Amino acid sequence: MNERALRTEVLATLNDIAPEVDGDELIDDQPLRNQVDLDSMDWLNFLIGLHRKLGVEIPESDYAQLTTLARVLEYLKARLP
Amino acid sequence: MLEFKLPSLGADMDEGTLLDWKVKPGDTVGKGQIVAIVDTSKAAVDVEIWFDGVVEELKVPPGERIPVGAVLATLRELGAESPPPPVPPRTSALPPRISPAARKRALELEVDPLGVTGTGPGGAITLADIEQAAVQAAAQMPPPSPPAVHAPAPVKTDRQAEMRKAIAAAMSLSKREIPHYYLAETIPMARAQAWLTAANTGRPITERLLMAVLQLKAVAMALRQYPELNGHYRDGSFQPAPAAHLGVAISLRQGGLVAPALHDVGDKTLETLMGELTDLVKRTRAGSLKSSELTDATITVTNLGEQGVEVVHGVIYPPQVALVGFGRISERAWVENGALSLIPAVIVSLAADHRVSDGHRGALFLTELRRWLQQPENL
Repeated sequence: MNERALRTEVLATLNDIAPEVDGDELIDDQPLRNQVDLDSMDWLNFLIGLHRKLGVEIPESDYAQLTTLARVLEYLKARLP
Repeated sequence: MLEFKLPSLGADMDEGTLLDWKVKPGDTVGKGQIVAIVDTSKAAVDVEIWFDGVVEELKVPPGERIPVGAVLATLRELGAESPPPPVPPRTSALPPRISPAARKRALELEVDPLGVTGTGPGGAITLADIEQAAVQAAAQMPPPSPPAVHAPAPVKTDRQAEMRKAIAAAMSLSKREIPHYYLAETIPMARAQAWLTAANTGRPITERLLMAVLQLKAVAMALRQYPELNGHYRDGSFQPAPAAHLGVAISLRQGGLVAPALHDVGDKTLETLMGELTDLVKRTRAGSLKSSELTDATITVTNLGEQGVEVVHGVIYPPQVALVGFGRISERAWVENGALSLIPAVIVSLAADHRVSDGHRGALFLTELRRWLQQPENL
């Protein structure tokens, strides 16, 4: 999966949780949860969605790393099966 | 003869629109069965019947707006004889099979489902069929008339305005009639956090718990000793509830909120509650709630800490008599046994009804809630 396809998948997963988000308006290196209104249930569902679509295991201890869209993409890219 | 009336699906509802019947004359129905779908200002609600019987006549056709308390259908008791002349059906043709979503869209687009050919399973009318029919009808309209194809946008705006009105009505009633008192307590969360981290380690992501679930269970456990905070105030008196059905405040992405009930919270495991809470949030946002979920809550719990606030000053949702609010869990300076340390803590507030309880009991409840949150392994 190339970077563009990965980004599309991540944004589609985010849109499942927050349909109002326009992926083109997100700033990659700004904290995601400052740009999108996600509570902890939304956040968990977002990560579950990524896990189901991409087959990546995301331990809870790694949540703190996943602050920005750029970091989420980087994290997933390194762990794609 | 039994009458099935439109129930009030919350203090903020005084009318609804019948979207669809799930039963027809002659059907035997049981208590708790979903018999109709009613659109309120908040959502399309699956309305459950609260007695057993055999449907005799449907009094209200889909699409009609009716006040709370209006008779929707008549039923006879199980075992009772059917009246000799059969009740003539309201419509000559059998109602077409149509999904609730399609039925709702049909109303929005003013498409008569009777004139639509279904392409779904068994000839059922689908959402796409309705939208197709609306496009065709628009194409056949004489061109000079105003170009008013019924777009979905105004409907959405209407719902938001309706919801705001409904919330305003309920909260005005609350502020007018309920003599609120407010208390708050800072509760250490180090143990609960450590327990949760340990519990989630090694669990697949699909089975992980959220702190919200521990908080809800702790509220339900603490309520057991403080029944005067759990129940309903109606007709000048308080009726305590035998179980804790916690109304969970869930914000909707388009604005507004709903606080549907999570049933029997004190009797369920954290795992069960997590599954039910996930499902409840999903269905609330999709606009698919059951009438019992909108009417059964015995107290409301709101968690605004996620948005970063420190403390919540809640407004009680009538006819309930209390609301528990959780603020943000954050690191705080803490003094214990003469030593200063840094611990995660949360400010939990209680808004309660002075007609039923006093600050003294409310304070004891918060102390009990604090005690439960210090022993997460027993939740």
